[in-house]
Amino acid sequence: MTSYCGHCGEPLDAGSHEVCVRKLELEPPRFCADCRRRMVVQVTPASWTARCSEHGEITKPTWS
Amino acid sequence: MSVQSDLLTAAREQVLEKGIALDESQILAVLTSSDELLPELLALAHDVRMKWCGPEVEVEGIVSLKTGGCPEDCHFCSQSGQFTSPVRSVWLNVPELVKAAEQTAAAGASEFCIVAAVRGPDERLMSQMREGVKAIKEAVDIEVAASLGMLSQDQVDDLVDMGVHRYNHNLEAARSYFPQVVTTHTWEERWDTCEMVRASGMELCCGCLVGMGETVEQRAELAAQLAALEPHEVPLNFLNPRPGTPFGDLPLMDSKDALRTIAAFRLALPRTILRYAGGRELTLGDLGTRDGLLGGINAVIVGNYLTTLGRDPKEDLALLDDLKMPIKALSKSL
Ligand code: SF4
Ligand SMILES: [Zn+2]
Ligand SMILES: [Zn+2]
Repeated sequence: MTSYCGHCGEPLDAGSHEVCVRKLELEPPRFCADCRRRMVVQVTPASWTARCSEHGEITKPTWS
Repeated sequence: MSVQSDLLTAAREQVLEKGIALDESQILAVLTSSDELLPELLALAHDVRMKWCGPEVEVEGIVSLKTGGCPEDCHFCSQSGQFTSPVRSVWLNVPELVKAAEQTAAAGASEFCIVAAVRGPDERLMSQMREGVKAIKEAVDIEVAASLGMLSQDQVDDLVDMGVHRYNHNLEAARSYFPQVVTTHTWEERWDTCEMVRASGMELCCGCLVGMGETVEQRAELAAQLAALEPHEVPLNFLNPRPGTPFGDLPLMDSKDALRTIAAFRLALPRTILRYAGGRELTLGDLGTRDGLLGGINAVIVGNYLTTLGRDPKEDLALLDDLKMPIKALSKSL
C-alpha cells in the first residue's frame, strides 16, 4: 500500500520529502497518510486533531 | 559610522529619556542602519522597553474558533477560501473552546484570544462567542480577547457586554502596500474597526506582518501608522509563507532585518505591548528569539498558533526565567 506525505500529499516513495518532514515539526499534517484526502484539522493551544472522512481521526499533543 | 552613532544618540535622548516615539523618517533611518550597529540598537530598544514598560512579559495563548473558508483574499493567509491552500473549514464547539482556554492557562498565560477566519462576525459566530466567553469565564481564570474581523458598532457593544477586554484587528500592512496584500477590503475599513474598538473602552490590539515583499520605506510607514492608532498592543508577525497562497513562494525574512524591525517598532511605540506573534520560530530560531526579547519585545504567544504549531511553552517560560523577566500576572480586576 502506498502512503502519502502529510505535508504535500504526494506519495512517500516519489521524490524526497526531507523538507516536508522538517515542516511537519511546526505544522500538523494536512493530507491523510493512507489515502491523501485533505483532512479537517483543528489546532488547539497544546494539541492538534486531524480527521479523514475515510480513515478516522488522530489527536496528538504537540509536546510530550 | 558617526552618522549612525548620531542616530542612536538622538534616539536615546528622544525615546529613552523623554518617551517621545521616533517619527517615520527616524524609523526608516533605524531600519536602514548597518549590521554593525545592530547590537547597540537592540540594547537601546531593550532599555526603552525596560524604562517605559518594565521587565514583565505578557503571555498569551490563541485558538481558532472558526478555521478556513474565509471569503477575504489576504495573500499571506492559508485560511482564505480563495486559494488552493490545504486548510479545510472547521469550527470548535464550546466545550473544546473551554478546554483550549484551560490549556492556555496551564501554559502560564494570562490572556486567551479567540480568533475566527471571517470578514466580520455573523449572528451564529456572535452567539457562539456569547456562550463560549461565558463558559470560559465560569471555568478558567484568564482574560478573554477576540479577533473576529471587521465589526459594526452593535457588535463592538456586544463584545464589551460579554466581557471581552481586548480586541485584535491588524492593519497587516502599510497603507501604501495594502492593495498588494488584500483586494477584498480596504486598509481604511480596517482602520475604522480599530477606531471603533478603541472608542469602546476595549483594549485595542493592532499589529501586522512584515516580510511580505514590502519596501523598507513601507515598513517605516507601517510602524508610524500603527503608532498613530495608539494601540495597547502590537503583535508582530513575520511571514511564514503558506503553500497555495499568493505569498507562498516568498523567502523568509532575513533574521537581522527581523531584529532591526523589532527594535525600530519599539522605538516607534515606546509604551506599547510589543508581542512576538507568528513566524518567529522560522525567522529567528531560538537564538534570535532571545535577541528579540532583549531588543524590545515584551510579550509572547505561547503554544500553537491558529493553523501551525509553536514551541513548547515550557521552553519559552524557561527562557523568560533565564532572562529574569517575570510573567505578567492576571490583572486584579478579574
Ligand atoms: S480576513 Fe483574516 S482569515 Fe480571512 S483571509 Fe484575511 S487574514 Fe485570513
Ligand atoms: Zn512531502
Ligand atoms: Zn484517509
